[in-house]
Amino acid sequence: MIEMKDIRKSFGSNHVLRGLNLSIPKGTSMVIIGGSGTGKSIALKCILGLVHQDSGTITVDGKDASKGDRDAFLARFGMLFQGGALFDSLPVWQNVAFRLLRGSLKRPHEEARAIAIEKLRRVGLKEDVADRLPAELSGGMQKRVGLARAIAAEPEIIFFDEPTTGLDPIMSGVINELIREIVVEMGATAMTITHDMTSVRAIADNIAMLHEGVIQWTGPVSEMDQSGNPYLEQFIQGKAEGPIEAVR
Amino acid sequence: MKPFALLGRAVLAALAMIGRIALFAVDAVSHMLRPPFYGREFLSALMNIGWLSLPVVGLTAVFTGGALALQIYAGGSRFNAEAVVPQIVAVGVVRELGPVMVGLMIAARVTSSIAAEIGTMKVTEQIDALVTLSTHPMKYLTVPRVLAGLIVVPGLVAVGDIIGVFGGYAVATGTLGFNPAAYIRNTVDFLEPLDVISSLTKGAFFGFAATLMGCYHGMHSGRGAMGVGRATKTAVEGAAVLILAANFVLTGVFFTL
Repeated sequence: MIEMKDIRKSFGSNHVLRGLNLSIPKGTSMVIIGGSGTGKSIALKCILGLVHQDSGTITVDGKDASKGDRDAFLARFGMLFQGGALFDSLPVWQNVAFRLLRGSLKRPHEEARAIAIEKLRRVGLKEDVADRLPAELSGGMQKRVGLARAIAAEPEIIFFDEPTTGLDPIMSGVINELIREIVVEMGATAMTITHDMTSVRAIADNIAMLHEGVIQWTGPVSEMDQSGNPYLEQFIQGKAEGPIEAVR
Repeated sequence: MKPFALLGRAVLAALAMIGRIALFAVDAVSHMLRPPFYGREFLSALMNIGWLSLPVVGLTAVFTGGALALQIYAGGSRFNAEAVVPQIVAVGVVRELGPVMVGLMIAARVTSSIAAEIGTMKVTEQIDALVTLSTHPMKYLTVPRVLAGLIVVPGLVAVGDIIGVFGGYAVATGTLGFNPAAYIRNTVDFLEPLDVISSLTKGAFFGFAATLMGCYHGMHSGRGAMGVGRATKTAVEGAAVLILAANFVLTGVFFTL
């Protein structure tokens, strides 16, 4: 269970998070939706400690995320970044097996490579991709490599930051299916940030609508269309008129 | 009042940056002493900073040594002191020109590439990805590069010194009519161990400063192509100024105190 209580974060006069409260039960898939610049990525980075909140507490399975052994804490997480964030100088398999080649999860070289190739297969990539550099791959393939890296060490919690941004609808569908399959088969807790409603319906168990630094609505994806929440309705229907200003 | 306010603001900003760089340097050194160590990244940095810088260092040194010989010969001939070319070339190259030229070449070649590489990693979230993969960016990115700079640049300075002196030798014996054996004897006899020690010490400091500035500005790069470009420019400017200022201080420490 991940719990965020009264999280506040400002950058100068820009108050991005203004008391965010959110619970993500273990083994469920939570999707956070909201417009650009509403603080979705910041919320996610606060959990990982990449950004430090000004106030509020974050607990993972009841333990304060900012305390204790940081390596052990991070070893529980996998993350797919929006742009892939693959390391340009390393071949694909070393990107996937990055965590398995160093640190507390270090494995023998051959074993790490075998795991990387198996994970690449899991996301629909052939073995011949393993020795290529990330720059030689298409955007969709880079996302899949990023996904393979996120699941390589079989984490308990996986974060997906805009997993389908910049992909064509077919590739988006493939990535959405992969995410859903992986989350279900690994029994992982997932947290996804997106503004792609197709992704929301494909990936989510629960959704949370973030606007003006607070969660405006949260609930099961099955209740999303009948929420009666004006923010969520405007967002789902993509209307210019409503409580969310079109010009931000 | 406004000009004073602007000046004060600029001075405070400069002092704050110096403070941040000093803290970054202390942090980098403290991480050098604590595991984990990334041997492969260190070897890669050694290769990039040392081996791949040899051509530019060699070319710079040979032309500088040759030009110095011509200048000393032309200047010395005004008061019948042409014979001091070997000694002045040796002292000038080993004490000053060798380390400074190598330091500036490293600032141009290595500082810029480190700042651009790390800056790009920052804006494409690769540094965030490192953190989520339980890898400390300071240990993985900064320590290998700074340690490699500290170790390999004195070697480059030694190579630059030898090639610079050879450049002077080639010009002096080839076009100015100096006897080759006498030139070498005069050079060797005139140089003292302190000259070489000061040269290598400067090299170590310049290597540390050049790589540190690249890492610092890369890690603190702004967003987008403009942010990376600005970080790269600031890193090279900072490294060059730091190298020249440190050269002045180290020369004072070695030869006047």
